[in-house]
Amino acid sequence: MDVRIKNIRKEFARFPALNGLSLDIASSELIALLGPSGSGKTTLLRLIAGLEQPTEGQIFFGDEDASLKSVQERNIGFVFQHYALFRHMTVAENIAFGLKVRPADTRPAKSEIRKRVSDLLDMVHLSGLEKRYPNQLSGGQRQRVALARAMAIEPRVLLLDEPFGALDAKVRKELRKWLREFHDRTGHTTVFVTHDQEEALELADRVVVMSQGRIEQVGSADDVYDRPGSPFVHRFIGEASEVPVRIENGEVWIDDRTVGLKAEGNGPATLFFRPHDVDFLEGCGGCFEGVVVGSRRLAGARRLEVELGGSRHRIEVDVPVDHPAAMKSGLNFRPRHWAVFPTNG
Amino acid sequence: MTRWRQPSILPGFGLTLGYTLLYLTLIILVPLAALVWRSTGIGWSAFWALAFDQRTLLALRVSFGAALIAAAVNVVFGVVVAWVLVRYDFPGRRLVDAIIDLPFALPTAVAGISLAALYAPKGWIGQIFAPLGIKIAFTPLGIVIALIFVGLPFVVRTVQPVMAELDREVEEAAATLGANRFQTLAQVVLPMLVPAILTGFALAFARAVGEYGSVIFIAGNVPYVSEIAPLLIVIRLEEFNYAGATSIACIMLIISFCMLLIINMLQMWSRRRYSNV
Repeated sequence: MDVRIKNIRKEFARFPALNGLSLDIASSELIALLGPSGSGKTTLLRLIAGLEQPTEGQIFFGDEDASLKSVQERNIGFVFQHYALFRHMTVAENIAFGLKVRPADTRPAKSEIRKRVSDLLDMVHLSGLEKRYPNQLSGGQRQRVALARAMAIEPRVLLLDEPFGALDAKVRKELRKWLREFHDRTGHTTVFVTHDQEEALELADRVVVMSQGRIEQVGSADDVYDRPGSPFVHRFIGEASEVPVRIENGEVWIDDRTVGLKAEGNGPATLFFRPHDVDFLEGCGGCFEGVVVGSRRLAGARRLEVELGGSRHRIEVDVPVDHPAAMKSGLNFRPRHWAVFPTNG
Repeated sequence: MTRWRQPSILPGFGLTLGYTLLYLTLIILVPLAALVWRSTGIGWSAFWALAFDQRTLLALRVSFGAALIAAAVNVVFGVVVAWVLVRYDFPGRRLVDAIIDLPFALPTAVAGISLAALYAPKGWIGQIFAPLGIKIAFTPLGIVIALIFVGLPFVVRTVQPVMAELDREVEEAAATLGANRFQTLAQVVLPMLVPAILTGFALAFARAVGEYGSVIFIAGNVPYVSEIAPLLIVIRLEEFNYAGATSIACIMLIISFCMLLIINMLQMWSRRRYSNV
């Protein structure tokens, strides 16, 4: 089921949470809504679910205007950040809930429900735990019960709010991989919210980067990482070193010298590059030239703080752990990939 | 013994337990023991005769019957009141919230007198029902009304905090699964409130069984009809019939203890069943 969001706007007590955004989600796509807290990503997810009513705009499921329908009628599967399991029901009762509350004419027979529950438990690898109560399960198991419960009603769209937010790092990685396989197997249109860029990049077909109630960029992991469309996206996804520069005659200038990078435009700008994505040079005829003023060990590299000659602006670059650069020693380098965004005002 | 003496980061177990036992003994157990000792002083046959006297039995039935009905009514309306206070914000909510506690603070005799005046055949409310042939004051119905009045805060105040702690996401989850509002309330919200509701019921019931001040003004106190057991005890005392008074008290004690024990066990069971803590 494809989902189209058209010019949706949402205000909470006159405070805008979403500012008229539009987004098309293709059928069977796995989409990540990525952004810092307060960017409106959870609000957008809740609007798709029908847990919130938009102030303006429409949401279409296929050709049907879903904005007119209640949560119950939308037939979506929603997995909450803290799972929201019914703690007074067993795992099996939790999963069967969505089927049991159906009106008599569409409710499956008891034996059919039992079979569906056991199939779903198989699917989420929890067979044998149907008699347990939620508080007798680990976080990862609860997460999968919540997913099985959402899947039981055969939803048209699967929505997950920070699905791995409350889990520890190791379980998180396992479940991430598992969710990807699960999606590839079932082919549900899936939208998940996360503030973890690694999760979004690894898992999603397309990443929607949000900030302050707007969509900053929509694209594949390669798009948003390698070709960030705005300073915000560059800072938010991956690491970024930034330097104030000037563009003149198609060249990037730092103070009074060129650094050997070509760029379009004219006037003051900010240059972004990834700290790990630089070439170190011996001599320097037009490059970044600076003095090492600080050094920190990262997992697989060493991060140096470098004070650039002239502007005295400090930036960060990563060097191999065995790199000979010492404090106060000079360092010449040039970013391999970079982006410049004109400075506004 | 050493099993209880494990080093703990919460010291003071021995001291506090000792204090608790001493306190319970002085405040509760000694008076109750004196009561039992006093009533058995007259011998078993005399005790049985006094205890199973027709008037005593009917008074006990009125007391426990009215207390059960009042507690049940309070559970229904107390939960509704708690719901309104927790879930909605409206002008005057804090005022309503404060009014709930008034039955705690008001001298019960004051409550009894004003209720009697209101529900008497010529009172504001009584005159509405009088033409319909329904008498409220000076009948067992009046007793129930007085007991509802004194018991309401117990239910509201026990259910309210638990309700406030309920996770809204759980209700939203039920809605996304297709449950309508009624199904969500009946199958998701109420089961999670059962332990708190039982506690509120037990407190309201216990209070109602022991209530005296507000009831005697509205009950009419007709022997065999609207006479409550605590009143009968006072009557026996005024007749200097101490044995009679203590034996009724003893029976009340036993019945109350058994009922509260059963409610407690129900609570434990429901806590395991419904809230899994």
